[in-house]
Amino acid sequence: MTADSTPALVQPADGPDGDPASAGPSSAARGPRARNTKAYVQYAAAKIAGAVVSLFAVLVTSFFLFRLIPSDPVKQMTGGKRVSAEQLENLRHQFGLDQPMWKQFTSYIGDALTGDFGTSYQFHTPVIDKIADALPATLLLTGTAYVLYSALGIWLGTRTAWRNGSRSDRFNTAFALTLYSVPSFWLGLLLIIVFSVGIGPIPGMFPTGGLESGGETGFAYVIDVAHHLVLPVITLVAVGYAQTLLVMRSSLLDEMGSDYLTTARAKGLRDDVVRRKHAVPNAMLPTFTLMFVNLGHVVAGQILVETVFSWPGLGGLFYSALSVPDLPLVQGLFFVFATAVILANTLADILYPLLDPRVGR
Amino acid sequence: MTTQSLKVTSPRALARARKRQSAARFWKSYRSHKGGLWGLGLLFLIALVAILAPVLVGEDSQSVTDAPGGPLEGPSGEFPLGTDQFGRSVLALVVYGARVSLTVGLLAAFLCVAIGTVIGIVAGHFRGWYSTVLMRITDWFLVMPTLVLAIALATVMDRSMWTVIIAIGVTTWPTTARLVRAQTLAVESRPYIERARALGGGHGHIMTRHVLPNVMPLVLAQTTMIISSAILTEATLAFLGLSDPTITSWGGMLQDAREAGAVSAGDWWYLAPPGIAIAVVALSFTLCGRAVESVLNPKLGVRS
Repeated sequence: MTADSTPALVQPADGPDGDPASAGPSSAARGPRARNTKAYVQYAAAKIAGAVVSLFAVLVTSFFLFRLIPSDPVKQMTGGKRVSAEQLENLRHQFGLDQPMWKQFTSYIGDALTGDFGTSYQFHTPVIDKIADALPATLLLTGTAYVLYSALGIWLGTRTAWRNGSRSDRFNTAFALTLYSVPSFWLGLLLIIVFSVGIGPIPGMFPTGGLESGGETGFAYVIDVAHHLVLPVITLVAVGYAQTLLVMRSSLLDEMGSDYLTTARAKGLRDDVVRRKHAVPNAMLPTFTLMFVNLGHVVAGQILVETVFSWPGLGGLFYSALSVPDLPLVQGLFFVFATAVILANTLADILYPLLDPRVGR
Repeated sequence: MTTQSLKVTSPRALARARKRQSAARFWKSYRSHKGGLWGLGLLFLIALVAILAPVLVGEDSQSVTDAPGGPLEGPSGEFPLGTDQFGRSVLALVVYGARVSLTVGLLAAFLCVAIGTVIGIVAGHFRGWYSTVLMRITDWFLVMPTLVLAIALATVMDRSMWTVIIAIGVTTWPTTARLVRAQTLAVESRPYIERARALGGGHGHIMTRHVLPNVMPLVLAQTTMIISSAILTEATLAFLGLSDPTITSWGGMLQDAREAGAVSAGDWWYLAPPGIAIAVVALSFTLCGRAVESVLNPKLGVRS
């Protein structure tokens, strides 16, 4: 929701840091194609190596950041009940909290590398199982919303730019900007009041939250889940499509003055074809970058929207884990969120030169 | 303007006249953006309301103990937007909330831009491992999911307004740093920087006297955009209960409303106003930012 502001996003993925042009005259003898391929492999390898370093840095951060939470997890776990000092000591030992910090750290890193993020304090189940349980719900919600708002943003962005300055352009841009300024959780609450609780003549027609009503099977279950999806997806799409629209609009406007479009028109092509076949593919590049950035956040979910709609996904899990604080679960989730963003960004970096031959050639 | 600049003689007065001229030029082309004018007007109005809050709605309207109305009353003549669960006027609370929202938004954006500009200029000016290390740190912050990191930071620190400001500022600076670094690299490749260096200008002189003024327009446009996202993040953190619970803020009001059961009771008058207020302030800053950006665009075009 608090996405980066648009001017930064209009810029493509910073271009390759590695300079493929410097492959030298000796490789030029083998023809431009071979040189480019070699340079590209080097470039991709550097990006992947950078991603691995970032992942390790995230692992280290997630350990130390959450150790700073002042409250004592063992006290929180017992929930204020009368517990003997011996029992507290036992709990501490069970979760390895009585060991020195460096020992906790090394065993944490070692376990994490084998995919073991420890046992949740709250649920007494392995963190990795808890995350695996909640992941599908998040992917269903944010994935659906992602596809819808990307498509809507690209479609409206193209339309508004093509009719730049018209009444519909101004209306659509203003409308999108307004929705972009609305806090997602507030829109969610309002939709719940209007369409779930019902207000005035409008009856409550959608469930207030959750993923399913329970007890349904087969096709009825699918319908039930879809029914629960409507309001949270509308919330996410409404708040999210403006960004794609604005990036698509501004990059298409950049292309519209280009000579090759005049040429295409001079050939006698229909306006429609000029737009679809010539202008839009070129204007798509910055939008692709934005879509990859957003893809990383699909997994990170929408903490607020999931909390408001009691959606059983990763975002809601993260929030409930923070309030305990359930250190292993918080660490695991933080790592998963950051990993998703790193992977999506790396993928964007690697694909970008393939999509846009001008980059790095 | 031109006659005035001809009259002055000292270099300082000349520079001042030139600055005044460029400010007038800026305002002239800003004025042609309708959205930007709307945003500016709204902001002026909201700032006025925030400053005059005690005069407009009375100083004791935040007090829980001697609230004037009954709990969760609907809109009426006395309370145009109804009351909250303690019987306080929702309208008065929304007016007071503007103070927190603007303060946190502005300070957090200032912190973010200050860190981003310093790191961006230093990373662009110095080459070698200095710059590499700084950009690695920037990249590392960039891949962190901003909201997740801000929530984590706000959880780790005490509940206060300053925590929210720091949490937002510390997590959002990397985009500014990247933009500023790119602009610094562009500025430093121009011949007049070499001239300044040849005349004996040190690192500090070049960074503050030559690079910084050229980076400022870009930073200004970026700041207005960051303020609006900082205001949204502030509301989010307050809604999650991570801000000071004793301060009236719009996000905090929404949290109170949700906890008082206003959602299931359908008390729209309690829920709608704080959200509309957040949206109006965030939208105003976005409109201003877009106007500033398009005024500066010819110059920004040089960047690429």
